[in-house]
Amino acid sequence: MTEEMIIAGFGGQGVLSMGKILAYSGIMEDKEVTWFPSYGPEMRGGTANVTVIVSDNRISSPVLHEYDTAIILNQQSMDKFEKAVKPGGTLLYDPNGIVNHPTRNDINIYKVEGTKTAVEMGNPKVFNMIVFGSFLKVKPILKLDNVEKGLEKSLPERYHKLIPLNLEAIKKGQEIVETVLEV
Amino acid sequence: MGELRLMKGNEVLAEAAIRCGCDGYFGYPITPQSEVMEMLMERQPWDETGMVVLQAESEVAAINMVYGAAGSGKKVMTSSSSPGVSLMSEGISYIAGAELPCLVVNVQRGGPGLGTIQPSQADYFQAVKGGGHGDYKMIVLAPSSVQEMNDFVDLAFELAFKYRNPAMILTDGAIGQMMEKVELSDYKKRWTEKEVNEKNGSWATFGKPSTRERNVITSLELDSAKMEVNNQRFQEKYRRMEAEEQRYEAIQCDDAEYLFVAFGTAARVCEKAVEIAREKGIKVGLLRPITLFPFPKDVIKELAPKVKGFLSVEMNAGQMVEDVKLAVYDAGCNQHVEFFGRMGGIIPSPGEVVEALEQKLMKEGK
Repeated sequence: MTEEMIIAGFGGQGVLSMGKILAYSGIMEDKEVTWFPSYGPEMRGGTANVTVIVSDNRISSPVLHEYDTAIILNQQSMDKFEKAVKPGGTLLYDPNGIVNHPTRNDINIYKVEGTKTAVEMGNPKVFNMIVFGSFLKVKPILKLDNVEKGLEKSLPERYHKLIPLNLEAIKKGQEIVETVLEV
Repeated sequence: MGELRLMKGNEVLAEAAIRCGCDGYFGYPITPQSEVMEMLMERQPWDETGMVVLQAESEVAAINMVYGAAGSGKKVMTSSSSPGVSLMSEGISYIAGAELPCLVVNVQRGGPGLGTIQPSQADYFQAVKGGGHGDYKMIVLAPSSVQEMNDFVDLAFELAFKYRNPAMILTDGAIGQMMEKVELSDYKKRWTEKEVNEKNGSWATFGKPSTRERNVITSLELDSAKMEVNNQRFQEKYRRMEAEEQRYEAIQCDDAEYLFVAFGTAARVCEKAVEIAREKGIKVGLLRPITLFPFPKDVIKELAPKVKGFLSVEMNAGQMVEDVKLAVYDAGCNQHVEFFGRMGGIIPSPGEVVEALEQKLMKEGK
């Protein structure tokens, strides 16, 4: 199993930390992982993306030109990464702020109302975990108890009291993900 | 098995330094390697192992602090990124001239000048051909994973002390910034005064006892006949490194008709390019130099007669390709040695690399 993915959106949306939790969960499952961020003079509001690879084998390039899965959280990232999904691959996106929805018909497309649901849950910060939950639903590459361990490892101890809330958000994301197209 | 963690390459450098018994770190922040000192300051090793961590007022100050501390037989290091390493180059030359061990880490970014903060390999020449003035060489290690960022800190110190020479870890912003699974090394104790005396007492300056002559640390020798003798000793040492320390990794080279030669991040990209090309039926392998000085020319000599050509893939305008050409020439072979690279902080994609292989080496007439 090798899953090559890109998570892309605005800085401040929790893109990098979602990737980190994903990577840590992968380690808990005894997989090889690579987390490669776009780093630069980015800040809240700018674009941020991270390439995460989870694999049973040694990982070669941390930098890729096509992906098994793209998780897309803003329009700029849609413009940039829709075309980079491998044929037969998966695109998961939050329609909030998206004007030009994906148009490809050779990939699986899923939609999650993450922004809206996070507000409904009363905590906009769990947005990324809702989206993460949706990803785990459409690509069940990791077991939920390993994700819980991943959360424990990647969050500093003073935030451990927030783990139940994050798990709740993940479960919510698993419930609300909608299929747009399956090939 | 050691402790498994998910860490950035830069953070691992700091952790590995503490764990291998490093005595002191002197540095000055610069992107993309600031996490090294950030991590050291957070870990506060002065409470744990007694390791000193100091933010100097500039890179020039930092390297001269390293020079001074290295003179006392201590395990000391600094880290910086390209423009900062240029500033340190004078000090590195002095340290090489005074024959002192130390570790310098360069987490490269694109140049020239202030350039960009994105990853690059454009300091290859600076690292392996000198950088500072005078006929000197450093041992240069090129990690290509976060795990090797851990492993090479201890190895670099070991080699630096073995040869009494500065060693460099030449990496780049991509490996510095990315996180991977890493198995951290076990703790080694820092050397005690007594151990420093036993290991380095013949040259280190830590207080002269009445039982021996004083040790002098200097790179200055005004008598050119004596200076030439010094130079000859340095050169003999560099030849010894070439004979004993060439390190590399060969990936799918056994049946290869073509070879990528790449180090660090570019090697990771090429590893993927090998997968893609092999799926297309192209027999290509990857030779990954781990030591850039000494350059692993012996293995190239061995492989050259068996292949049709080499493609050196680098994140610069073509630097290591010169050493590949020299090695192929020294082997008495005339295989094509071509180059593909991206500059300015761009990492080539695996697809581009395969395309370059097809265009530059596999077209008819090549």
